Amino acid sequence: MVRNLAMLVGAAFVAVLAWSLFWTVKGQITEPAAVTVEATEFHKHPKALALPSDGWFGKYDKRQLQRGFQVYQEVCAACHSIRLVAFRDLKEIGYNDAQVKAIAKGWKIPQPSINPETGEVATRPSVPADHFPAPFANETAARAANNNALPPDLSLMTKARHGGAAYVYSILTGYEPQSKELLKAFPDVATPQGLHANPYFPTMNIAMAQQLTTDGQVTYMDGTKPTVDQMAKDVSAFMVWTAEPELESRHTAGFAVAIFLLIFCFLAWGAYQNVWRDVKH
Amino acid sequence: MAIVDTAVPPGEDPAPSHEGVDDPRRRDFINIAAVAWIGVGAGVVVLPLVNQMSPSADVLAESTTEVDLSKIAVGQAIKTKFRGQPLFVRNLTPKEVAEAEAVPLGELRDPQTLAQRTKAGHTNWLITLGVCTHLGCVPLGAGEGENRGPFGGYFCPCHGSAYDTAARIRKGPAPKNLAVPDYKFTSDTAVTVG
Amino acid sequence: MSFPWAKHYAPTNPLMKWVDERLPLPRFVYNAVGAGYPVPRNLNYFWNFGVLAGAALAIQIVTGIVLAMHFAANAGVAFDSVEHIMRDVNGGWFLRYAHATGASMFFVVVYIHIFRGLYYGSYKAPREMVWLLGVVIFLLMMATAFMGYVLPWGQMSFWGAQVITGFFSAIPGIGDTIRVWLLGGYAPGDATLNRFFSLHYLLPFVIAAVIILHIWALHIPGSSNPTGVEVKGEQDTVPFHPYYTAKDGMGLGVFLLIFALLLFFAPNYLGHPDNYIPANSLSTPAHIVPEWYFWPFYAILRAFSSNFILDAKLWGVLAMFGSILLLFFLPWLDSSPVRSANYRPVYRTFFWILVVDILILGWCGGSAATPFYAMLSQICAAYYFAHFLIIIPIISRAERPRPLPNSITEAVLSKHGGTSPAQTAPAAE
Repeated sequence: MVRNLAMLVGAAFVAVLAWSLFWTVKGQITEPAAVTVEATEFHKHPKALALPSDGWFGKYDKRQLQRGFQVYQEVCAACHSIRLVAFRDLKEIGYNDAQVKAIAKGWKIPQPSINPETGEVATRPSVPADHFPAPFANETAARAANNNALPPDLSLMTKARHGGAAYVYSILTGYEPQSKELLKAFPDVATPQGLHANPYFPTMNIAMAQQLTTDGQVTYMDGTKPTVDQMAKDVSAFMVWTAEPELESRHTAGFAVAIFLLIFCFLAWGAYQNVWRDVKH
Repeated sequence: MAIVDTAVPPGEDPAPSHEGVDDPRRRDFINIAAVAWIGVGAGVVVLPLVNQMSPSADVLAESTTEVDLSKIAVGQAIKTKFRGQPLFVRNLTPKEVAEAEAVPLGELRDPQTLAQRTKAGHTNWLITLGVCTHLGCVPLGAGEGENRGPFGGYFCPCHGSAYDTAARIRKGPAPKNLAVPDYKFTSDTAVTVG
Repeated sequence: MSFPWAKHYAPTNPLMKWVDERLPLPRFVYNAVGAGYPVPRNLNYFWNFGVLAGAALAIQIVTGIVLAMHFAANAGVAFDSVEHIMRDVNGGWFLRYAHATGASMFFVVVYIHIFRGLYYGSYKAPREMVWLLGVVIFLLMMATAFMGYVLPWGQMSFWGAQVITGFFSAIPGIGDTIRVWLLGGYAPGDATLNRFFSLHYLLPFVIAAVIILHIWALHIPGSSNPTGVEVKGEQDTVPFHPYYTAKDGMGLGVFLLIFALLLFFAPNYLGHPDNYIPANSLSTPAHIVPEWYFWPFYAILRAFSSNFILDAKLWGVLAMFGSILLLFFLPWLDSSPVRSANYRPVYRTFFWILVVDILILGWCGGSAATPFYAMLSQICAAYYFAHFLIIIPIISRAERPRPLPNSITEAVLSKHGGTSPAQTAPAAE
C-alpha cells in the first residue's frame, strides 16, 4: 500500500518536473535568456590586492591603518559614516589616549546631543567613548545631499561585499570611460545622468564620482608618497580593520588552538590504538 | 544460523572485553595524557564563557564622568550619574565645613575627617555616591528643599540613616559613610570622576 | 540495552553507591555509555557522527545561551547588538563565530550521519523508531537554524524570512492568513524577530529531548554495524567504555580541529556577505540564497517552474517539504532484508548516484536562478524523488544481494586473514 502510494507520488513529482524541464528547454530555445552584462568580461572581477592582513598569518600594519584613517577622514568622512566604530577603538591602530581625545574633540562632524538647560536638540564635541557621528542626520538628508543616492556606512564594507578589500580598492581606482564595444553590446548600460561608469561595480555605473583623483590629495604624516594607488590601498586596509578589529587576536588564538588540538588528536589516536590493541576490529 | 560460540575464536586475545580496573595495561599513560590534555582544553574554553559576562568595552569606556562645577553655587548640590549610580556633588558653605571639622573622630561610626574625604585646597567640594550604605536607597538632601536630616547633611527616608555635612553616618542603621569615588580636579571648575 | 552478557553496574566507590541506591543515575550512565553497553566491535568511523552531532548541539546551546546575554531581539537594534557582541563584548567575536560556524558543523555532521544510515540500512527493522525520531530531529534542526539566521537582521535574514514565510501563502485559501499569523504582520518585522528569538531559544531543548528518545530507541536493539548482521554473541561486541569512548575522543579531536580552523581562519567563508548589510525592506538582494545546508532543498523548490493543475509555487513547496517527509517512509519503501549496502551492489550504485545528485542539487541551490541551473535542478530533483519513491521499492524486491557473513566476528576475522570453520565466501570488501 505504502509502495503503491509512494510510486504514485514519485511519478507525479517526476512528471511535473519533466513538464517544467520541457518548458524551460523550450523557453531557452525559442527565446533564450539574454546574457546579462554581469556575466561578461565587461564586468570586471576585483583587481588583485595584497594586504598585510591577508591570509592565515595576516597582521595589521598600524602605520598603514593610520594612513588609511587619514584618507577616510579627509576624503570619505564628509559623506560616509563608520558608525559602528568608536573613537576609543583608534587606540588599537597606534594612537595614544591624548591623540584619541584630540581626534574625537576635533572631529568636524559634531555629536548629536540635548541642551542640558533648555532640553532642545543640540550638538556637542565627541569624546573617545562616542561612536563616529554620521555626516547626515538621516537617510532623507543623505539622499537629498547626494543626488538621491545613499552613501553606505563603511564600518563593515569589506565583509559586506564579495571581494572584500580588493573590491573596495578596485572601485576606488577603477573608474574608466565605457568602451565602444561595451556600448554596442549592451546599449542599456550607457551611463545615465548623475552616475559614473565603473566596470567593477555590479551595475557598471556607480553614484559616487571618483574621489581619489590626484596624487598628493592627502599629505601623509609618515612621509609615504600619497599616490592615488597608495591612498586607495591604505583606505581599503583601514576598512578591513573597521570590519574586523579582532583579526590579529583571532589569528593568534587560532594558532594556539589549532596546535593544541593537533596534539590532542595525536594523543587521542595513541589512546585509541592502546585501548584497541588486543581486539581485532 | 551460526551457533553462539562463547569459546574464544582462533587468533583472538582471551580477554578482549574485560576491563580490569587493576589491569596495568589499561592504566596506560597515553590514555591519561589524552584525557588530561583535553581536560586542560575544556578548562581554558570555560574562561571566555565566564569572561564575556564582565563589563564590555563600551561599558568600561563610559566608566568616567566629567562634572562641571562652575554652575554649582556655595551651599548648593547637584545630582548626576556616575557608572549608572547617583552622584552627589555639593559645594559646602564655610559653616558646613566648620561643623564637619568640629566633630570628634571618636563619635563617628566610620571615622574619617573632612580632609580625608575631599581634595587638598578644595575641602568645600564634597563628591560622594548617592547610595545609602545600609541597603542602597538614594538619600534625600541633594535637591532643593529636600530633607537634610538631623545632621544637616543627607537623610535616608527608607530606614532613617542620617549623614552629616561631610556625608558621614551619624545615626541610623547604615554602617559606613557615603562612598567617595576616585576623582581628580582637571581645573578649578571641573572634575573627572572614575 | 538487551544483551545478556552486558556487564552489570557494581560500584566500589562508596559515594557512587550511595547516590545509585537513591537515584539510579550512575547505573543509567553506565548502561548507556559506560562499560555496561555492549557495542559491535566492527564499527567504522561513520559511527562517530552521532556523538559528534550531540557535541555540536551542546556547543550551540552553550554559545547560544551566552550570546543571548548580549543580543537584543528588536528590529531597530538587533543588527547593532550583534556588532556590539563582535566588537565590545569580551571574547564576543569568538562566541559569535563559534555559534555561526557551529551551526554549519552541526549540519555537516548530521548529513554524514544520515548518509551513514542510508548506506548501512540503519533505518530497517527493528530500528525504524530510531530513524523516525532522527527525521524529527532533522526537521527541528532546520526550523531552529532558519530562525537563528533571521536574528542578526541582516539583508539575508530579512529576505530569507520573507521568502520562507512566503511559502505558506502558496497553500490555497488559508495560505495568506497563516503567513500573516506566522509573521505577526504583513512583512517580517519586530513581531517576527521577537517570536523567532523565543522559539530559537526553545527548540534546541526540544531537540535534546528527542535525542534522548532517539538514543533510548537505539539502545533497545543496540547499535547496528557495517555488515548489517545482528550481534550473535559476546565475541561480537566490546563494551562502549573504553573502546568507543576512546574512538569518539579521537573523532572529537578531528571535529574540533576542523571547527577551529574554520572559526579562526575563515569564519565568513560559509556565510553570505549580504548579511553584513542591515535589513532593508525596500531593497531586495540580487540573489537571495539561504545558508548552504538548505541549498539542495532550495534547488528542489525552484525546480518547479511550470504550472500543472496546481500552481508551480505550490508544487515547489509541496516538493520541498515532501523531499524530507518521504524519509519517514523509507523503512517501508526499502523492503530488502539485507541491511548494509556492502552486500547490495545494485542499491549501492544507486546510493552513490543519490549522493552525487544531492551534491549537484546543493550546487544549484546556491547558484543564480538561470535556465542552466533550472534545467539541472529539474533533472536532479526528478532523480531524487524517483530514487526514494520508485527505484528503491523496485530494486529492494528485485535485487540479489551478496552472501552475508554468518556473524560479525566472522567478518572481522576474515578481514584479518584468520580462518574460521563456518566462514563463507569473503564477505567484506
